Amino acid sequence: MTINFRQADWVEPLIFELSNKGRIGYQFPPLEPEINGSLDPENLIPETLQRIEAPDLPELSEIQVLRHYMHLSQMNYGVNSGLIYPLGSCTMKYNPIINEVLASHPKITGLHPMQEDETTQGILRILYTLKEYFLEITGMDDATLQPAAGAHGEWTGIMLIRKYHLENGELDKRNEIIVPDSAHGTNPASAHMAGFNTVEIQSNDSGTVDLEALTAAAGPQTAGLMLTNPNTIGVFEHDINEISKIVHDAGGLMYYDGANLNAIMGWCRPGDMGFDVIHSNLHKTFSTPHGGGGPGSGPVGVKDLLAEYLPVPGIVEDGGVYRLDWDKPKSIGKIHGFHGNVNVALKAYAYMVTLGGEGLKESSELSVLNANYVSRKLKDLKGYELTYDPEKPRKHEAVLSAAPMLEDTGVSALYVSKKLLDYGLHAPTTYFPLIVPEALMIEPTESEPVESLDAFIEAMTEINQLAYTNPEELLSAPHNTAVTKLDEVKAAHPKTICLSWRRFCQLMSEE
Amino acid sequence: MSKIHRYLPNSVPEIKEKMMDEIGVSSIADLYSDVPDELVYKGSLQIPGPSTEAEVKKHVSDLLEENATLKCPPFMGGGVWPHYVPSVVDEVVHRAEFLTSYTPYQPEISQGMLQSIFEYQSLVSELVGLDVVNSSLYDWSTAVGEAALMSSRITRKTKVLVPDLMSPYRYSVLKTYIEPAGLSVEKVDHDEITGLMDLEDLKDKVDNETAVVYVENPSYMGFVEENAVDIGEIAHDHKALYVVGVDPTSLGLVKAPGDYGADMVCGEGQPLGNHMSYGGPLLGILACKHDNRFIRQMPGRIIGITETLKDQRRAYVMTLQTREQHIRREKATSNICSNQALCAVAAGVYLGLMGPTGMRELGETIMSRARYAQRKIGELPGVRAPIFNSFHFKEFTVNFQNKSIDEINKELRAKGIQAGIPLTKQFPSLGETSLFCVTEVHSKKHIDMLVSALKEALEV
Repeated sequence: MTINFRQADWVEPLIFELSNKGRIGYQFPPLEPEINGSLDPENLIPETLQRIEAPDLPELSEIQVLRHYMHLSQMNYGVNSGLIYPLGSCTMKYNPIINEVLASHPKITGLHPMQEDETTQGILRILYTLKEYFLEITGMDDATLQPAAGAHGEWTGIMLIRKYHLENGELDKRNEIIVPDSAHGTNPASAHMAGFNTVEIQSNDSGTVDLEALTAAAGPQTAGLMLTNPNTIGVFEHDINEISKIVHDAGGLMYYDGANLNAIMGWCRPGDMGFDVIHSNLHKTFSTPHGGGGPGSGPVGVKDLLAEYLPVPGIVEDGGVYRLDWDKPKSIGKIHGFHGNVNVALKAYAYMVTLGGEGLKESSELSVLNANYVSRKLKDLKGYELTYDPEKPRKHEAVLSAAPMLEDTGVSALYVSKKLLDYGLHAPTTYFPLIVPEALMIEPTESEPVESLDAFIEAMTEINQLAYTNPEELLSAPHNTAVTKLDEVKAAHPKTICLSWRRFCQLMSEE
Repeated sequence: MSKIHRYLPNSVPEIKEKMMDEIGVSSIADLYSDVPDELVYKGSLQIPGPSTEAEVKKHVSDLLEENATLKCPPFMGGGVWPHYVPSVVDEVVHRAEFLTSYTPYQPEISQGMLQSIFEYQSLVSELVGLDVVNSSLYDWSTAVGEAALMSSRITRKTKVLVPDLMSPYRYSVLKTYIEPAGLSVEKVDHDEITGLMDLEDLKDKVDNETAVVYVENPSYMGFVEENAVDIGEIAHDHKALYVVGVDPTSLGLVKAPGDYGADMVCGEGQPLGNHMSYGGPLLGILACKHDNRFIRQMPGRIIGITETLKDQRRAYVMTLQTREQHIRREKATSNICSNQALCAVAAGVYLGLMGPTGMRELGETIMSRARYAQRKIGELPGVRAPIFNSFHFKEFTVNFQNKSIDEINKELRAKGIQAGIPLTKQFPSLGETSLFCVTEVHSKKHIDMLVSALKEALEV
């Protein structure tokens, strides 16, 4: 490999340890005399609730705070600063800079969510149009942009299904949501939070929904099915029409987990596949940055039969004038304090018009080409295996199993991923989906030039060879990251667990 | 599309063909051969574009310009407040290594984000006076929902008591969140003079089925909940948990809830270095005591301290993941996966800049300015501000006796001022009352402009 990667290692202290009494990092504009003279701040708070001792926050000058976080940023890996971030299911595509510039516009950052509609026509129009584009891409009838993340969207969607059965007088008996064993963990968790039991069905030999198992599981107790398509092994659910029919015939509704929407834009639409309710992740398919874990955005689209249950407020257009619509008597209620992650939605809007309908389709196609390029070049190596119909095309992601390598050499998927970090490449998603042993779930996205795909392939090939020739080198990885392998047991042990500086100081004083 | 797009490095026809050749694919359609014919979308997506960067910049900026130009920051709060965001905060959250990373699943290469979130947890922990803070929830509203569900899991009880003056939005989200779990929510009355929670009514309503008593401090109406200590004691007398919702900008002056009996704290972290952005992204704060019964039930990601295995160097890692959906699936403490991590980083940077002195000054500045505005507005004829006789922080109620809020707001709007959240629909019993908010971003000039605009509106 030609890559010579070394991540910064600043051995950066905690911000509390950089404190020196008296320093300040920010200064407030002084109070005007008329305001300043008239009050005694000591008597503004009732005595029982006055804070006598100041919070134990660190005292630093501005440059110290800035450098501290600059140092920390250098000990992190982003898709815009790294080389490839093939984290399966997460669609780590390029996060365009122009979208950040637009999202910093004072006419969005300074907008209060309770301002009157007359003063917010610009953002309402953007949100309304984004919704229209979202419906165009997904083939649904109506949508809400309020869910703040994918899982929030899933829960919202299942709450809509719940409301539907409630209105039809069937909620009492329809208490089950079916999920395939390949589903994202959020699916059963969201169904549970919406008050349902989950029934897991096993995938068939192709890694897709087993129609017999589904038929057996579906019945008068079924509220719905949650399905990702293409699914989590990156394969299109070819029997989707039959799947929808089985669920609908049983009286259930179809939920689409849109985590993998990036594979199919312009090629097919969940709304045409029989799905009644869907979510999509703007931070995946529509390029908004993942922010180290969030904020994302998880809009939910529905067919007409669920539209009246959508959360309040909706956004409606009337003769070119946009307004929030609170008049939804059958709505499930509010699911977010205000209108969701609006600033994120703005970036997604900019992304959509940057690519346009044609460009979005091309993006999907190239994401699929990139995934197949990588998986076909790796699947025949001795230690890896493309489980479930290796000759079948993948969509935007592919799941390699390192099970053969583990058996031959003792090197597991974990060590493959750790060694990748040493090359300055991010690891794929590991150990998911659960139906693939030693899973390495690879999603390069369309943003990656063939050169970075080749670098990734070369690294994966070299790791594979090392496993068979010098496994010890893998078992001690990573070396080139800020820190080496961590003691995760200590972090979670009841005696040593420490989740804050406050606790850290207590533990230190006890020692 | 045969055009080459700047976001798509492999859209160059020669590159694309070479790639296809190498893996034995003759056309892109081959890769979609498993999509049933009848499902293949025959149309073309009707979305304008592709566009150049300059076109997109102009298009989106033009749309944003359709938002009204205000003469000063809105005098509005209610869960999202106008505050100054120091430039260092924006600089840090725009660093590509933070902005464009995801959940730190690979801790060795993600120490920067892990330490930043650990620091966020630690800084908020100092503010609220509790040892455990999770790495963020979507917003205050959903944090209240999660806190209620968590309380119910800990106590195995199902009744939730909330103040009747609680934010109606947070109340609505709370109801949506807890309904499937079979929890019920009941409102506790307020004292008509002070607005404070009516302790007698609380004593009537709290019982052995009560999982949690929730208060907001400062309240939605902006006053400090002076009975906060007593409320906690009453809750604990019935083995209910005590949860306090906070605006963290008050905590330089107001006692930490952990120091007056709160078992858990939730709140809105937006004012700590995050822009309003029409209400999102926000930052849901959730904190609890260092008690295993609590920690095990905590929703969402939590970062902990650990060491490297080889040389025992301090490092940070996501911990207690067995609570979470990707491990525990339907038995998880919550379904949350993506959260508001970057907003938490912003809050950390903000608190790092402020320090103890800054947080105290922030509180004093806010209160001084808000009190000045309150006095000036209250002096106007036919106006009462505030309607509750209590200590107010940055928000306060304004009652208009002679004119409707709709009419007043229309005239303010004509002068480029957005002031007050109308409470007429939210709390009809309060009459023509509006909820105003004044913070450190409102200068005397701004406030005087508001007061004179109000004066003129009332004279018309």
